[in-house]
Amino acid sequence: MTTLTRIKGYRPQQRHLPILATMALLIGAYIFGASSYDAFGSGQVVLDLFINNAFLLVVAVGMTFVILTGGIDLSVGSVVALSTVISGDLLQKHGWPAYAAIAVVLVVGALLGAGMGALIHFFEIQPFIATLIGMFFARGLCYTISTEAYSIDNATIATLAQTQIPLGGELHISISVVAALVVVAVAVYVLAFTRFGRTVYSIGGNAQSAMLMGLKTGRTKIAVYTISGFCSALGGLLLVLYKSSGDPLNGVGLELTAIAAVVIGGTILTGGSGYVLGTVLGIMVLGIIQTLITFDGTLNSWWTSIITGALLFVFIVLQRLVTRRTR
Amino acid sequence: MSTELLTMTGIRKEFPGVLALDGVDFRLFPGEVHALMGENGAGKSTLIKVLTGVYGVDAGTTTLAGTAVAFGGPGEAQQAGVSTVYQEVNLCPNLSVAENVCLGREPRRFGRIQWGPMRRRAEELLARLDVHVDVSAELSTCSIAVQQLVAIARALDVEARVLVLDEPTSSLDTGEVEQLLKVVRSLREQGLAILFVSHFIDQVFAVADRMTVLRNGKLIGEYRTADITPVELVTKMIGKELQVLETLEDSGPTRAEVAGAPVLLSAEDLGRKGGVEPFSLDIHAGEVVGLAGLLGSGRTELARLLFGADHADTGSVKIDGNATSLRTPRAGLDHRIAFLSENRKSEGLVEELTVRENIVLALQASRGWARPLSRRRQDEIARKYIKTLDIRPADPEALVGNLSGGNQQKVLLARWLITEPRLLILDEPTRGIDIGAKTEIQRLVTQLSADGMAVVYISAELEEVLRLSHRVVVLRDRKVVAKRENQGLTADDVMATMAEGVQA
Amino acid sequence: MTGLTKKRLFWPVVALLVLLLGDLIASPSFFKIELRDGHLYGNLVDILKNGAPLILIAIGMTLVIATRGIDLSVGAVVAISGSLACLWIADHPDGLGATLVAVGLALGLSLVLGVWNGWLVAALGIQPIIATLILMVAGRGIAQLISGGQIITINSAPYEWIGSGFVLTLPSAILIALAVFVLASLLVRRSALGLLVEAVGGNPEASRLAGLRSARLTWLVYVFCALCAGIAGLMISANVHSADANHAGLFIELDAILAVVVGGTQLTGGRFSVGGAVIGALLIQTLTTTVYALGIPPEAIMLFKAVVVLAVCLLQSPAFRRRLRRRPPRPGQPAPAPAPEKVEVTA
Repeated sequence: MTTLTRIKGYRPQQRHLPILATMALLIGAYIFGASSYDAFGSGQVVLDLFINNAFLLVVAVGMTFVILTGGIDLSVGSVVALSTVISGDLLQKHGWPAYAAIAVVLVVGALLGAGMGALIHFFEIQPFIATLIGMFFARGLCYTISTEAYSIDNATIATLAQTQIPLGGELHISISVVAALVVVAVAVYVLAFTRFGRTVYSIGGNAQSAMLMGLKTGRTKIAVYTISGFCSALGGLLLVLYKSSGDPLNGVGLELTAIAAVVIGGTILTGGSGYVLGTVLGIMVLGIIQTLITFDGTLNSWWTSIITGALLFVFIVLQRLVTRRTR
Repeated sequence: MSTELLTMTGIRKEFPGVLALDGVDFRLFPGEVHALMGENGAGKSTLIKVLTGVYGVDAGTTTLAGTAVAFGGPGEAQQAGVSTVYQEVNLCPNLSVAENVCLGREPRRFGRIQWGPMRRRAEELLARLDVHVDVSAELSTCSIAVQQLVAIARALDVEARVLVLDEPTSSLDTGEVEQLLKVVRSLREQGLAILFVSHFIDQVFAVADRMTVLRNGKLIGEYRTADITPVELVTKMIGKELQVLETLEDSGPTRAEVAGAPVLLSAEDLGRKGGVEPFSLDIHAGEVVGLAGLLGSGRTELARLLFGADHADTGSVKIDGNATSLRTPRAGLDHRIAFLSENRKSEGLVEELTVRENIVLALQASRGWARPLSRRRQDEIARKYIKTLDIRPADPEALVGNLSGGNQQKVLLARWLITEPRLLILDEPTRGIDIGAKTEIQRLVTQLSADGMAVVYISAELEEVLRLSHRVVVLRDRKVVAKRENQGLTADDVMATMAEGVQA
Repeated sequence: MTGLTKKRLFWPVVALLVLLLGDLIASPSFFKIELRDGHLYGNLVDILKNGAPLILIAIGMTLVIATRGIDLSVGAVVAISGSLACLWIADHPDGLGATLVAVGLALGLSLVLGVWNGWLVAALGIQPIIATLILMVAGRGIAQLISGGQIITINSAPYEWIGSGFVLTLPSAILIALAVFVLASLLVRRSALGLLVEAVGGNPEASRLAGLRSARLTWLVYVFCALCAGIAGLMISANVHSADANHAGLFIELDAILAVVVGGTQLTGGRFSVGGAVIGALLIQTLTTTVYALGIPPEAIMLFKAVVVLAVCLLQSPAFRRRLRRRPPRPGQPAPAPAPEKVEVTA
């Protein structure tokens, strides 16, 4: 008894430290921006962060599932591109109705993800290699479908793209933002309140133990890659709304941005620890840096990647220190 | 006493080349703690794995509450009420305590996990074990003892009738062990049948009602705790070697000679928390020091400190009278200390490399990568030691992972011998080796000692320790309890010290 | 025969031969090599020449992967090295001296970047995939910073020689790659480096107990890998007479990792084969050349690559072979748990 009650002194902030750091960084960046540039303080700047990054947010949510199991998905950028190209092909070349095309895109994305998951689970091919093959495969499909970008002028798509949802005052958001927030909400719910969600965490914690605890680890592994494929496809559709085009060159290097956002959002790349809301913060941080650089006007675009790299470094070292202390 | 809840009769299990269990009987009553005893390789874990359905049997039957059963796996066994808690905690450290207790059977409504009821359920289950922790805390923030208890709580969550505890105390400190034993006793009061495996003799005597002893896959007997003394138990576990080894020619130096030799290594109050309590020990050149003690007594931990495999948190080491610190294996190697680990696979071999490569590894490491041993030299060394130690197959290019255990051991021995150590630490060098190879290794030790090499020799077989050593250090419960000159020392004396901690 | 199929290089070599055979059947002139102006030309020469940067990087990557690591930053190092060299040459008058300084600067910076990666992995103990991700993300920005966001075009005969020169009828790029290959092979097999690296990758704990200083080794392989990437960066920029910070070496890390894996070195470390990585790199380069030579639409390169690599990976996967042997699996019955041959701990 005496030895056991002592252990009760547990501090919740320990595992929340990275996410709190991200939050502080975000707020700091916003205050800095608002004090430096007048226009920055307007609420629309914040909303624009969501509008401009909605597709990225959805992709990063899918990536979060994968990384929570200790895996990685390098194919997301290519799947995004493939989705835009399939959309363009079906809508422009074949004149499909928008909703049918959307359904096909989502199914293709999920199937690609499931295929990679199957390679990983059944044939024990490392996630890195399996999704790398998936990356080449999806990008290759893009080019075989079309080497040119489609300009999409489907009426339904245009309506969806242009609808603005007013939030009072001058403020508004787009349908994409609503879609992205719905995805975030569903993901938060699934991860926190379903057995599947908790199994995702358990695999990242100790896959062997999870199996011995009788959890369905194989099925879950395939499912997370399916989810990531589905999210990438959805992200591709949101990108279609954003750019009204289907380009096989879309999303090059997107997987890096998504991984970076997830890591900056406090999710540990070895899996088992992290939150979808952290990923949202991660995307916001990357977005606000981009916005700051745009506002500054003198800084060149490459500072984005240098700063992103520096942030990655800081957060990774921070996580390292946190995990070292808990051990 | 009520009727038997579980009986296993005539269990036989053969692995390629090894008869792991040979006609073993075992029974378990409800409301009792039954200890399964035996040294390594006696067949304890095989028996548990047969019981829980990890292995099938070649012969024999198992009945649970009167019905014959043959479980297809641990999951099935658990469904039937046979739950197992392993030595290594098989839980997810990143999940909350509550989830670790309940996940997989958590209360849900329309697929939504009911966190509140789940926490309460976990709290209740843990309260049954007298554990009161914040169940929403991450498991990794809990001590190993609590984690072990959480694993037990998880096992009890299903309607368990039989609880198998496979060395649950091996990583706990004294206070934590007390707590766990209390839990075990209270579970017994609640009518559970508990199979308890532990290497700690006093724990077994403190908690078990009955014990079954296995040796080399055979049943030695079943005893009531009240009817047997620790010394008798240890005697039954270790046994007397049936076959007397051919006597070694007495070529080694005498005790008097080594006592007069200069002190090579001198440890003072060396210790490590959770490993071995502070001890002092002088080792003379050419001396063979035997370490006797049951598994888990701290004999391996002591040896690791002498090499630098772990670093000590207390005490100091002098080599040739100069104070030094052994913080890394590299430091040990630089002081020409060699350590042959008892875990061949995880701490010794690089299985995908060849015999030759494994043999030269330590020597090459000490030379650094820029001063390679020429291939000719490597072949020469490999061939020489393959011949000297009779390693089979006699092919330096064979993958070491494909060799038998005994031959792998000889490869590792060769690895250290070519570094020409001044102190050679051998942890269980003869385990799982046939009798011929055993004699060879023993003769080698005598000869090395005659050449002036100091040897620390660890073995579960007392006869072996006594035959080789000039002095015997006895350990018990992670403490050095006696240092004896090997003069007129008998196995019975040592055994009594190992079992009871008092100098007989 | 069964012994042969188990040889580590069997499947990659077969794949390469099958591919070349397919080329030969489809286009009998595929193997034709001409001598023009004292220089060799032909598809086979092209494969070697265009594959040289990939071969270089695959060699470095092999050693990193053998220690259970991975280096994602090589593409960024390619861009940085090329940008720095071209920046120097653009600012200095034409000449051998300027080229030597440029090469020295670029390789020196590559070395520093390798030290950085090694520091993160060996000293801070950060997982290699994450540690090198940092430089992968930041590196292109650094390259653009060096080049000022412009594509630096240069005009320097000595520098261009690195990428498109000839020595005794052979393209210099091939010779440089060959030299690094020979050097690396000698380095790992003539010194004890290969053995120690394999030991660390094969069983880190056993290696530690055998007295190996694994941190130094780890450091060394990341530095070597970055140097290889640096040379590749020089070669790529010299070949096109310009440095493009955005696109030079884009995704070459992925190709290199594929080459290493296809060449029979496992991502779980241990036994490695530098020769295998070269064959893997040639296989990947041959795919591209084949596509062009056979008039397959170049759009299909990626698809083609995915399919071939998938096939080789599956053939090398023990789980895939187990399943093939035991078909058809009975429905509803999970395959018996595989023997715990080697516990794989990866990212």
